Amino acid sequence: MAMIEIRNLWKEFGEDVVLERLNASIEAREFVTVVGASGCGKTTFLKMLLGTETPTRGELLLDGKPIPEEPDATRGIVFQRYSVMPHLDATGNVMLAGELEASRWLGRVFGAHRRRLRDDAIAMLKEVGLEHALDKYPHELSGGMQQRLALAQALIKKPRILLLDEPFGALDPGIRRDMHELVSRLWREQQLTVFMITHDIEEGFALGTRLWVFDKERLDPQAPEAYGARITYDLAVGRDDTGVLDDINADVDATARTIDTQTPQPTGEHS
Amino acid sequence: MKKLINRQPNRYARWFLGLLPFALLLAIYIGASSARLAENPDDPLLPSLTQMAEAVERMAFEPSKRSGDYLLLQDTLASLQRLGIGIGFSAALALIFGIANGAIPYVRATLSPLVVGVSLVPPMAILPILFIVFGLEELAKVMLIIIGVTPFMIRDMQQRTLEIPEEQIIKMQTLGANTWQTITRLMLPQIMPRLLATTRLALGTAWLFLIAAEAIAATEGLGYRIFLVRRYLSMDVILPYVLWITLLALVIDFLLNRWSRWRYPWFHATGQ
Repeated sequence: MAMIEIRNLWKEFGEDVVLERLNASIEAREFVTVVGASGCGKTTFLKMLLGTETPTRGELLLDGKPIPEEPDATRGIVFQRYSVMPHLDATGNVMLAGELEASRWLGRVFGAHRRRLRDDAIAMLKEVGLEHALDKYPHELSGGMQQRLALAQALIKKPRILLLDEPFGALDPGIRRDMHELVSRLWREQQLTVFMITHDIEEGFALGTRLWVFDKERLDPQAPEAYGARITYDLAVGRDDTGVLDDINADVDATARTIDTQTPQPTGEHS
Repeated sequence: MKKLINRQPNRYARWFLGLLPFALLLAIYIGASSARLAENPDDPLLPSLTQMAEAVERMAFEPSKRSGDYLLLQDTLASLQRLGIGIGFSAALALIFGIANGAIPYVRATLSPLVVGVSLVPPMAILPILFIVFGLEELAKVMLIIIGVTPFMIRDMQQRTLEIPEEQIIKMQTLGANTWQTITRLMLPQIMPRLLATTRLALGTAWLFLIAAEAIAATEGLGYRIFLVRRYLSMDVILPYVLWITLLALVIDFLLNRWSRWRYPWFHATGQ
């Protein structure tokens, strides 16, 4: 059975149709990357996977059951920013999930249990290359290191699916390449299922096993909100395929220009 | 020559410039005071520094002839106790209700309009009610401080809680946190340094209400003393008392700031 199933899914905000007639399924261990113009519902779809938005029509199933309508431990997330807790050091951030699970009321553990959580956290921090920053606070870390920390913090909870919302969008190109290697390795080693939004189509091609393009098939230049976006490309990727990449680039750019000239950014998209 | 907006004073120049207005004020005072005293040695309005030193000597270091107490010490302790209890309770209430309002939409929908309404009542207008209900003893003065500063502190804490990035609240839930854990492990620690900042601001208002309450009904306290000796135009006591209150406020503010920087270095490092 597919891990995530999307059946005739629609999302509307009042008059504005954001997504229409989505049908797809994601198997466990897949790495789906999603590209598309701003305003094409990528982030809205991610929020539905996360549980902070609900579908207007249709079904979104996780393991055959409707996806919970609030965030919980089945779905881990790394945002572009603000993903780690500024008031905890690196080790504290990674220990947080274990502490919350162990102590319902205090949210803290002590003694031998604490040492065990700490050892696990340190092992996870080594995994993401932060062994030299164990007691650093997030503000003392660079953007790339903060995202490494956010990954470690999310992965130690072993989520069914890991959601990444443009996690490397704010990073320098060199750092971004390092992060790609890290995410690829973690995905293989930890047998993750990953759903990642990106602005960078090349990143989508290089990183995933599967690339989705969210785009508006029908596009009225006078009223871009009248029709929603669909998944216009659903490709197995992981090999170099420049022709398709150029096609997608051209399509996405055309949509982006139309939306950009017609509408302010719809609420709910942050980019 | 650089433009004036681009020219920075060096360290010594900053000290010199910063102290200059104080020195000028002092010089003007001394000049005016000696001019008046030369005309009439019994003039009470602008006492000389020596007269003020004598008054401080009398108030601070000699037991009162009537009661045998050291009046400045007694007044200071009485005022600080009222201020401490009042501001302490206010901060605790602001923390509890501010976080509850900020974190839980149902609580916010219920209490937020009430807090806004209460915060618009001018506290001095209900001072008579406080004296009638709570009597003329300590409770009424402490209550005036609490009623005066708590509502706006709650509103501020509520706002600060709402400003915690949505991303972090979602992240907590994906790490398995329930509502209580989200409050205790995310919101509470992030709000604490902001509570200290708000308390520092609220202290100015708290002093105002304290001195007002003491002026109207008290038997000891810094505000009581100032308004008592006003009858005799004892500027030689009033001026040192005002300076002393200013100094106390400065020290309290300094200590709160130091505490915040010591306990919450991450808060000050991010420049918030």
